[in-house]
Amino acid sequence: MSLWKVAWRSIQQRALVSLLTVISMALGVALVVAVLVVYGVVYQSFHRGGEGYDLIVGAKGGREQLVLNTVFYLSQPVGNIPYSLYEDVKEGSRFGADVETAIPVCMGHTYQGFRVVGTVPEMFTELKYRNNERYQFAKGRNFKADQPFEAVLGAAAASRTQLQIGEAVRNIAGGSHTDRAEFKVVGILAPTGTPVDHAVYVNMRGFQEIHHGAAAAEHAERADHDEGGKHDEKAKHDEHGDHDHGNEITAMLVCIYPDRANAGRTDVVARMVNDSRVAQAVVPARVIADMFEGVVGKLQWVLLGMAVVTVVEAGIGIMVSIYNSMSDRRHEIAVMRALGASRFTVMMVILMESILLALMGGAIGLLLGHGVIWACSPLIAEWTGVVVDMLQFQLMELVLIPGLVVLASAVGYLPAVAAYRTDVAKSLITTP
Amino acid sequence: MLLLKDVKKSFRQPDGTALPVLDIPEFRVAAGEQMVMVGRSGCGKTTLLHIIAGIGRPDSGKVRLDDWDLTLLPEAERDRFRAERIGYVFQTFNLLAGFTALENVLVAMRFARGRPDKARARNLLNRVGLSHRITHRPAQLSVGEQQRVAVARALANKPQLLLADEPTANVDAGHQQQILDLIRETCREENVALIMVTHSNDVAVQFPRMDHLEDINHVAVGAAIG
Repeated sequence: MSLWKVAWRSIQQRALVSLLTVISMALGVALVVAVLVVYGVVYQSFHRGGEGYDLIVGAKGGREQLVLNTVFYLSQPVGNIPYSLYEDVKEGSRFGADVETAIPVCMGHTYQGFRVVGTVPEMFTELKYRNNERYQFAKGRNFKADQPFEAVLGAAAASRTQLQIGEAVRNIAGGSHTDRAEFKVVGILAPTGTPVDHAVYVNMRGFQEIHHGAAAAEHAERADHDEGGKHDEKAKHDEHGDHDHGNEITAMLVCIYPDRANAGRTDVVARMVNDSRVAQAVVPARVIADMFEGVVGKLQWVLLGMAVVTVVEAGIGIMVSIYNSMSDRRHEIAVMRALGASRFTVMMVILMESILLALMGGAIGLLLGHGVIWACSPLIAEWTGVVVDMLQFQLMELVLIPGLVVLASAVGYLPAVAAYRTDVAKSLITTP
Repeated sequence: MLLLKDVKKSFRQPDGTALPVLDIPEFRVAAGEQMVMVGRSGCGKTTLLHIIAGIGRPDSGKVRLDDWDLTLLPEAERDRFRAERIGYVFQTFNLLAGFTALENVLVAMRFARGRPDKARARNLLNRVGLSHRITHRPAQLSVGEQQRVAVARALANKPQLLLADEPTANVDAGHQQQILDLIRETCREENVALIMVTHSNDVAVQFPRMDHLEDINHVAVGAAIG
């Protein structure tokens, strides 16, 4: 019979109190697990967006806004850049040796809450996502370069809008009455777990035709209503984020040849772009990492801190539970001592009891935390595109078990010392 | 085998003065001997057993078991010595409530040697007539059965000396003789010396040696407690 079994028997003796203590610990640990897993999901969701290309080239301004708009389709574009710059980066001699491909993107309005992005078919053939994965079509096909009014839907956008192949996407220019054009859905992308799932992609040619038409019509209409026409039309128009005057694009996604990127050419290309007066280049992975650490990272520590406080509180619950039982158990401890158990042995039994309670709570908490996350995984997948597996552990969870043993040893110390100090002769005389 | 020499013990009273309990110039028990210690309540019988077992320490004097002087051993060694060489049967049995009959015997072995001998534990329970009750917990056993488990537990580590503190006091009259016979027979079979403390004349007269604590204890009558 091991001392662990002796400790276990003692736990069984106080089954109800032990159970409540374990539940309290389990809830604390489940909270820690949930925070860690959710953090992992957010981290993946955040970082996956910026994978697949090395640089974003866009209008000068805030680099965070450029990334938020281009990668996550949030906020408004910083501005536009000339189409000629895209041609220069893609095919020009200055960048030719380094740039493998460049994909133009034009940010439009939203369609039923999903950003409309004008781009080229190469977006889904030349770019990759996450770990070098190629875009797949769950239904239909990619749009064609020579078919200006074709559209492709991200997986989440298709699911929410219920649009099917052959149906039309309308009003992509913000509902202007001149916006009569329809984009025919020709393909639905397979889920990627990236922001791509949450957008509607249309052929850039059609996108620009519509926006040029809408802008021109709006211009004429305002001229009719406002004879003076002295308002700064361009400034007003810019507020809508439709930076599509002339041959402009919102940004471009640039891939550097892997060997050139490894040789540090990404930063060289970025510097060359940044030296121009019209554009800036940012490395999305770095900006995302900075944003994540600056905002979500700190929040994670706050949440984790709160969860750890819950676990420590549960640990104190273990201490209180064992310590309160000590007055009842002095006689039992004295009997053990009379049978030959040393002070150290009875102290160890109490510590083991504390550790067992914490570990049981920890194990149940781990299962509970992952179980809840697993149960919520369809919801998480829909919101973030990240598929959470029941067995998807975070590295920090490895610290949980040794951490609980340390915590249990710390909280078990006080009752263990009380056991250590038990006066055997006096306690034996006391009737149990 | 057991020798107490000039053993003195007193307890400190709330007013700070010492209350003498034991003053025993000499007390001997031979190997395998069975003796009974009688005395009125509060004369120091239990205190004497505690000192012999090493649970309590005398203020002065020697407690020798074979070549070992318990008073010179550090506490941890005294605990191990007690576990290996001295069995103790309590008046209130003192079985561990969360453990089965078998586990109560095994746990005593665990504290003594670290590795319990399950076969011997079963054998002991068989000898006390509890082979069919080994998985029962104390609350599921009768008073007589509990005391039998306590006897088996006290003999678990093949002690040289068994101390029994009024083992029949809480047992009904019908089972008293059974328990007494059980203790004496098993001690005889295992060649274990037995010191039994009792109030009962019926019990005392069955032993070949009966000591009155008041006769060997030089503390004035009425002064001692415990």
